Amino acid sequence: MSAAIRIQQVSKRFGNVQALDGIDLEVQRGEFFGLLGPNGAGKTTLISALAGLVRADAGSLSVMGHNVQSDYRAARRHLGVVPQELVFDPFFTVRESLKIQSGYFGIGDNESWIDEILENLGLTSKANANMRMLSGGMKRRVLVAQALVHRPPVIVLDEPTAGVDVELRQTLWHFIRRLNEAGHTIVLTTHYLEEAENLCTRIAMLKAGRVVALDTTANLLRRFSVHSLRLRTDGVMPADLTRGGAENGGWWSLPFDGFDEVEPLLARIRDAGCTINDLEIGKPDLEEVFVRVMQGHPQGQLN
Amino acid sequence: MRYGGFSTLLYKEVLRFWKVGSQTVGAPVLTALLYLLIFSHVMEGHVKVHGVIYTAFLIPGLVMMSVLQNAFANSSSSLIQSKVTGNIVFVLLPPISYLEFFAAYVLASVVRGLVVGAGVLFATFWFAPLTFAEPWWILVFALMGGAILGSLGVIAGIWADKFDQLAAFQNFLIMPLTFLSGVFYSINSLPLFWQQVSHWNPVFYMIDGFRHGFFGVSDASPWLSLAVVSSCLAVLTTFTLNLLKRGYKLRA
Repeated sequence: MSAAIRIQQVSKRFGNVQALDGIDLEVQRGEFFGLLGPNGAGKTTLISALAGLVRADAGSLSVMGHNVQSDYRAARRHLGVVPQELVFDPFFTVRESLKIQSGYFGIGDNESWIDEILENLGLTSKANANMRMLSGGMKRRVLVAQALVHRPPVIVLDEPTAGVDVELRQTLWHFIRRLNEAGHTIVLTTHYLEEAENLCTRIAMLKAGRVVALDTTANLLRRFSVHSLRLRTDGVMPADLTRGGAENGGWWSLPFDGFDEVEPLLARIRDAGCTINDLEIGKPDLEEVFVRVMQGHPQGQLN
Repeated sequence: MRYGGFSTLLYKEVLRFWKVGSQTVGAPVLTALLYLLIFSHVMEGHVKVHGVIYTAFLIPGLVMMSVLQNAFANSSSSLIQSKVTGNIVFVLLPPISYLEFFAAYVLASVVRGLVVGAGVLFATFWFAPLTFAEPWWILVFALMGGAILGSLGVIAGIWADKFDQLAAFQNFLIMPLTFLSGVFYSINSLPLFWQQVSHWNPVFYMIDGFRHGFFGVSDASPWLSLAVVSSCLAVLTTFTLNLLKRGYKLRA
């Protein structure tokens, strides 16, 4: 069975900028995949190449086994893209926009699915409103709806929650999770790393057009991030302990790998005559992984 | 409405201009009517062209000029708006081929041109005795002229990155070509030099051939006009399809 998305040795240059530099990536069917990276890393270019909006200089891309250039009709029928920019056609109502979008994909009678999408995205009451009359958040929902009219097995969301309120995020993720459970492959780019950590089972990190990390979310957290003991004390901390840690505003942060290390650590601090005034456990998070990967730490250095 | 990339895009493009009909149909009809009132008031009684009274001579010219200008306006303004606002992605993401893209935009332009042309004809018909001597020429030149300008509109809409670039294309190319084409006069009344210049203007043949359909007489043979106009259409179609196939300014 072909992968949902296969990207092989894809490069793209815009003038002097190497936007994509030999990207290799495969997303399996049914995955919830995260594509992370700082601004300018090449995420949107990669998505655009997948969608046929940008033509790669080298390499090949396919969606559900269909090459995006030579077999573009099938590739595009299998792909739904929610663009990053908040775009809309001011001439039409929400329902008209969705019917027109369905027609572009050759789908005639799509009313029941359109109604279902509208319902799930909380748009039913706006169905007959002109696009110009909608708030930014509502327009964003319509963009999601437009990407789904043809029931694509692969859905790509390019920063869908940038600048939207909590309610929409929850509505959106609830719906997208359901689609994923129903078998749709989801690819997500976002700058909200907490979102990616909660939703994505596997993550690729891009930097300057290259994949710099690619693993399951759990593995990335394990390999790049560690637990830490954060504490405030009276007295002078033992030098051998603080050597591997960091101090910030009176808080010491001491990394540890397993919880069996916590009690000995605390004993050492007590033995040094320090009194612990405040204590918390820092859990590994994707933000830390992201920062470390982007700073160029080789994978697994912390293990 | 049949569903498919081409038919839906055509439907969308027609619906787009129809929704703002007062601006896209009403306004050009009124403009043409004003031209007719002013020019016929000044010229009527002074001039006859090809044995036809001036107002009657002027009407087909105004109709065809409206067809051409509005066909250009339709595809060009739709594309530049979609590009500037970014909603062009809605057309680029679906499985629509460049041929379907071209056909839909050009045909919608022809529809807009014909709707406005019919409106101008209806509004001006009452002012002078018009004949329809060889009506098939009327239809042939209206369709081909609309397609040529619709195609030029596609080129301009894709080429222009900003509204002022499109305005320049319109003001410095389309307007001179349509105004200096014999809409308001027979080119036989021009000095020899300007007659020769006019013969290099393809819009002259569109208007002359179109007018021939009404009166059965014209400056040039309608067959020559047909040859020039169909060659223009073939060249422009090839050029535009090539741009679209390469994804020029649409698919980076």
